[in-house]
Amino acid sequence: MNDTLTAETVTMRSRDGAEIEAYLARPDGADSYGGVVVIHHLPGYDSSTKEIVRKFAANGYAALMPNLYYRDSPGASPDDAAAAARAKGGVPDDQVVNDVAGAAEYLRSLPGANGKVGVIGYCSGGRQSFLSACSLSFDAAVDCYGGAVVRVPEGAPASMKPLIGLAGNLSCPLLGLFGADDQFPTPAETAELSQALDEHGKAHEFHTFAGAGHAFFSVDRGSYRVDAAVEGWEMVWAFFGQHLPGKA
Amino acid sequence: MHLFDRARPGGRQREGRERLFRLSEVSVYLDHPAHALTDHTLNIDFLNPARGPSARVAVELTADTARALARAIDTALDTAPPGLV
Repeated sequence: MNDTLTAETVTMRSRDGAEIEAYLARPDGADSYGGVVVIHHLPGYDSSTKEIVRKFAANGYAALMPNLYYRDSPGASPDDAAAAARAKGGVPDDQVVNDVAGAAEYLRSLPGANGKVGVIGYCSGGRQSFLSACSLSFDAAVDCYGGAVVRVPEGAPASMKPLIGLAGNLSCPLLGLFGADDQFPTPAETAELSQALDEHGKAHEFHTFAGAGHAFFSVDRGSYRVDAAVEGWEMVWAFFGQHLPGKA
Repeated sequence: MHLFDRARPGGRQREGRERLFRLSEVSVYLDHPAHALTDHTLNIDFLNPARGPSARVAVELTADTARALARAIDTALDTAPPGLV
């Protein structure tokens, strides 16, 4: 693990041309590294997700988290921005894909980038990670308990639509990390997604952790499950280490 | 009537000069809270989008507290003197 990293707020260009805020972290002194686009959860572009971005840099990757709520709420606190996005019906999927595409290009342009880029997301970000991997070209994708992929729950933001129909477009191997006690998505829904991916011959590995529900990676919430989170992170490192070679 | 939440509600007290502002919208929804330490809460956002995203007063309530609030609102309205509201 690299002890030295640089983390900062940057401005990146979305694929649609908009300039948005993003949080970048990368290992210092590394001459070759893979990139990871980190997609934040529904509560927003917050400190806990910035910690995750730094965690990737500490483990040898350049990581970039676009602020998906920036267009409508520049400078707002993360929860105010999230509430404003919800009041508008959520962030449209095509806008998310444009922002993730821009983030991937930003990572590929960094000095030392080895050209390999993955994407990871948590909660709504997990759904958006799957969406991005089906809409763009990535080398690896991780879906952490993304709901509304197979079915959209009642009361979800109006912009959310099921994504299982995109399974045939998956561009890269997919790692799915889910909780057995989660209701959004349920184990039955993740099994349905796995079956759809099998039918299309898409490489994927799904793990469902007993005793864990939604948001088991969140260290600042009651949903945190240390066993699932520790094991889950080990799976992430092994997965990205296989598909995004060249880490410091 | 006083209400208190027996769990650990989330939400924030808005600080600063702008303690009062006109509301134009209220969002009521069930979702992951930003602050309360539970999986889902009944969230109420009092908003004025025309004043920007920071013009928001928010609460994150347990189901019990949300129902107690609803009952308290109904009671206050039902017992108001005729013609007052």
